[in-house]
Amino acid sequence: MELSIGILFAAAVLSLSIPSRLRPLKGWILSLFPLGIFIFLLTTIPELQNNGVLETNRSWMPGIGLNLHLLLDGLSLIFALLITGIGSFILIYAHQYMQGYAHTNRFYVYLLVFMGSMLGLVLSANLLLLFIFWELTGISSFLLIGFKHKEENVRQSAIQALLVTAFGGLMMLSGFVMLGLVSGTYEINQMIGQSSSIINHGWYLPILILILGGAFSKSAQFPFHFWLPGAMQAPSPVSAFLHSATMVKAGIYLMARLNPVLGNTMEWQTIIPLIGGATMLIGAYLALTQKDLKAILAYTTISALGTLMLLIGIDTELSMKAALIYLIVHALYKGTLFMVAGSIDKKTGTRNIDLLGTLAYRMPITTVVALLALLSMAGLPPMLGFIGKEIIYEANIQTPNVAGIVTTLGVISNIFMVWVSIFIGYRVFFRKSYQGYKTPSETSFHFWIGPGILALGGLILGLFPYQLGENIIQPALGVIQAEQLDIKLKLWHGFNRVFLLSMFTLLGGVALFLLRHQLIPFFRRVNKKFFDVRFSDMFTGFIDGIMAFAKGHTKVIQHGYQRFYLMVIFLVVAAMGWFQLINTRFWEIEMPVQQVSVYTVLIALVITVATLFTLLSRSRLTAIISMGVVGYGIALIYLIYSAVDLAITQLLVETLTVVIFVLVIFKLPRFASLSSRASKLRDAGIALIVGGFMTGIAMKAKHLELKEPISDFFVKNAPGKGFGDNIVNVILVDFRALDTLGEVTVLMIAALGVVALLKIDRS
Amino acid sequence: MEITLSIVIGVLYTAGVYLLLRRSLVKLILGIIFLSNATNLLIFLSAGLTKGEPAFAQKAGEETARQVADPLPQALVLTAIVIGFGIVAFTLALKYKYHQKTGTYDLDQVKQTDQS
Repeated sequence: MELSIGILFAAAVLSLSIPSRLRPLKGWILSLFPLGIFIFLLTTIPELQNNGVLETNRSWMPGIGLNLHLLLDGLSLIFALLITGIGSFILIYAHQYMQGYAHTNRFYVYLLVFMGSMLGLVLSANLLLLFIFWELTGISSFLLIGFKHKEENVRQSAIQALLVTAFGGLMMLSGFVMLGLVSGTYEINQMIGQSSSIINHGWYLPILILILGGAFSKSAQFPFHFWLPGAMQAPSPVSAFLHSATMVKAGIYLMARLNPVLGNTMEWQTIIPLIGGATMLIGAYLALTQKDLKAILAYTTISALGTLMLLIGIDTELSMKAALIYLIVHALYKGTLFMVAGSIDKKTGTRNIDLLGTLAYRMPITTVVALLALLSMAGLPPMLGFIGKEIIYEANIQTPNVAGIVTTLGVISNIFMVWVSIFIGYRVFFRKSYQGYKTPSETSFHFWIGPGILALGGLILGLFPYQLGENIIQPALGVIQAEQLDIKLKLWHGFNRVFLLSMFTLLGGVALFLLRHQLIPFFRRVNKKFFDVRFSDMFTGFIDGIMAFAKGHTKVIQHGYQRFYLMVIFLVVAAMGWFQLINTRFWEIEMPVQQVSVYTVLIALVITVATLFTLLSRSRLTAIISMGVVGYGIALIYLIYSAVDLAITQLLVETLTVVIFVLVIFKLPRFASLSSRASKLRDAGIALIVGGFMTGIAMKAKHLELKEPISDFFVKNAPGKGFGDNIVNVILVDFRALDTLGEVTVLMIAALGVVALLKIDRS
Repeated sequence: MEITLSIVIGVLYTAGVYLLLRRSLVKLILGIIFLSNATNLLIFLSAGLTKGEPAFAQKAGEETARQVADPLPQALVLTAIVIGFGIVAFTLALKYKYHQKTGTYDLDQVKQTDQS
């Protein structure tokens, strides 16, 4: 099973190295990979039916609880089948669709990487692993949306989708981490056992909201829904695959997966249905007034995602069943419709439904395919969509608390859906006028085989719902709900409330369609008035605001004045240093005045006076020479306190420094009073604070207690092992010879730097 | 005697910090020299001071063991002095070149890394 993910990633790499002879078959060759996995998954059905699972577990980073733990159960299976099954057809479709685009190599890589990550997502049994795949799908989605990256608005849409989903992903990650802290594990299976303690924990609500943030943003729930219509900038195969059939369902999957852990609470059954219901209605409503075929489909997708979320939120056995069926229904018809939209776009040069028409006579196969899918979308028999809608109504009616509201919302949304279905079917295929840019003709085999099979799938499953229920739905339901249920899917339920609702929906949809000439302008006016605020614009404004804020911020903090940077560093160091100095316990400082030697005091006085001279002098020469005096004074101190070598070195270096300075000094500018008196005083204050702190440190340096200084080793072994009496020298050239080598290297590099700098202009 | 040297160290640090905060190019370099001297002295002091007993190994004929100065900080400081010199030389060349190129000696003019 872990192989299947690997195979898809390998196929991504492989797609780059397909020899040019085979290039005409590229889509076909690549589609063999997901198809193979699809068949493999089908063979696992008998095993999963008895609540069996396929599982592999390897530890990856056990320290943080991240394991490569993959698990195939009924719920994963549904998603995995959708991903690989639809994925195969998408590749075949894309093979034709992407011809004429530049960089199709990249396109296949992105698509296969996405497929692998999405499969990994639904197979992960470890939350952290799931998060990794989750983000991978987000990134590949970003790359695919931005495929035509040379256009400004494409880039904008891509970045918007990325930011929204990544923001949600981060929320989700923090939710996961909190969940991990509460339960002590990231393994979903182990969490299920602790469900009741998690639900009663004080962190339950924050955890739920954070995780929902991830699920809602990924599955385009209100108010995050706006990125999905933008994502339609992607090529049509991508819209069909990522943005309707698979990736946007990841949020649904996550909530279904976590239902045994977090579900069955008041919060779950309130927040999720509310958001889901709102999304369902808003999506369906906004779909009515769109003109772009893909935009209509995008909004109906939002509505469908809302429906799914609502069903997950209702959290009864029936609603879960409804969700799983509708998931399959929607993936089948919406994948089909997006591909059909892409074909129409290719053949007519437009997706504007005001221009399209008469295609039934010119593209008959495409029309049949599309009509099958539209029937499913409208929820009409004998398609699977009908069963899906029926069972949704049933679930709505049996909602624990808010059956009335939920059912009303559901019926209104479905009426809109019926209307949209009829509307698309009529406008695009049967209307008697056509104003497209090209003369349309029937598409080639590549274009209709994939959508055709998917649409037929909707029909066949509608005719044989029992098999679907037994083999696919039931094992999945066993995962979500602990108890076993008897699921019977039927085409004909008899004359009950649900059937009446269905009839009402259909009639409503037809009625609205007949009234379209009055209604659409009305809705457009309403939209203009009430939905004038565009979320995507608001989002862009928000991002721009953040950028402006960051820019302003950077200007203040990173102002470019070196001395103010230094000032901040000095002040912080001094403040922390003083704090530590005052708080350290050994505060007594021995100050044996009688030990103060006259020589030292004299030298100290000389150094101090020379320092003052350097600071105050206006002549560059005076400053440098008095700085030399300071250096010589320090050399004398070294000499007095038994550091002969230091004294010699200091004398040499100081002399050299002064000589170099004197050589350069007349090429350097004169001292000028650049600072005001006030800033001089301020700097002097800062300098005194730092200096005073260093004095304190120096006085306390004696209190350092080093255990067994290694100096004794050097003293003892210098003559015997280093063959020298001057221990300092022996340390430098023998014991620590490598340090000295490093030092020489530093000097050499500095010398090279100096030479290079001085020679810049000569060449 | 530490007290005297501690004060000297403080004075040197004060001077170094003050010079670093000036706007003039040359004063910046002087500040670096002061800071490096002060730090050397601090390391030297922190090991404890021994008067008149350089760190030489004992001769074979000597009977009583002498307490010689600690050789390790001396070796460290010796390295530091030399490297400090390298830094000063390089900075000097850098600032000289900078002045030559731009004609300014005011550090407040040095705000951008890009040429614009």
